[in-house]
Amino acid sequence: MSETVKKFLYVNRKAPYGTIYALESLEVVLIGAAFDQDVSLAFLDDGVFQLTKGQDTKEIGVKNFSPTYRALGDYEVTKLYVEKESLAERGLSADDLQELVWEDEDDDYAEKPSIRIIDRTEMAKLMANQDVVLSF
Amino acid sequence: MAYDVNGTSVEHDEEGYITNLSEWTKELADIIAKAEEVEMTDEHWAVVNFLRDYYEEYQIAPAVRVLIKSIKKSLGPEVGNNKYMYELFPYGPAKQACKIAGLPKPTGCV
Repeated sequence: MSETVKKFLYVNRKAPYGTIYALESLEVVLIGAAFDQDVSLAFLDDGVFQLTKGQDTKEIGVKNFSPTYRALGDYEVTKLYVEKESLAERGLSADDLQELVWEDEDDDYAEKPSIRIIDRTEMAKLMANQDVVLSF
Repeated sequence: MAYDVNGTSVEHDEEGYITNLSEWTKELADIIAKAEEVEMTDEHWAVVNFLRDYYEEYQIAPAVRVLIKSIKKSLGPEVGNNKYMYELFPYGPAKQACKIAGLPKPTGCV
């Protein structure tokens, strides 16, 4: 790593289906992961629905890409911040989200959780700390 | 553009990736491999099968460095290293093996 490493935050605010934003964001994250950057993802507003478990897209005829979030750990994307208030406003809790983990190579491949629930104040701080914020 | 599998045609794009993933068969894999000038051995199949399992689980074809890292973990470092993987698939383990495995072009291939 060199001093050119920048802090990138991808902000996800939209429901997973109905628009292309969620899928595009995920693809940009996966492609961008090839460049050694310090990547975080934020999920707020309807964006929290992107991480819910038990998604079923059969009736709307589009691909269910929610399993792909589980691959983020392989791409060394290990920091997914979910806003507590956004969950609560939609009647959701941490239990409604997929369990996402990453394997720590330096710790005998121990599985560690990727999702961190933070409140609105912490989210604001997180955003303020970034070099680049990309909104989807 | 299409591959011919015993008289059945299977559509592919301009780079040779098949259009309808459900049309993949082992016979088709052999035909794509031949077009790629890859002679399929057990080791090639291990990588192709690994990729198909990965796609089934995560709904994406992994980028090459993710592929090699994952193969190293599941099949061991003698298979999961750059040199060996490029010997098996000289034009890029992810690109070529995905094509043979009937998957889309890997996400993160820039």
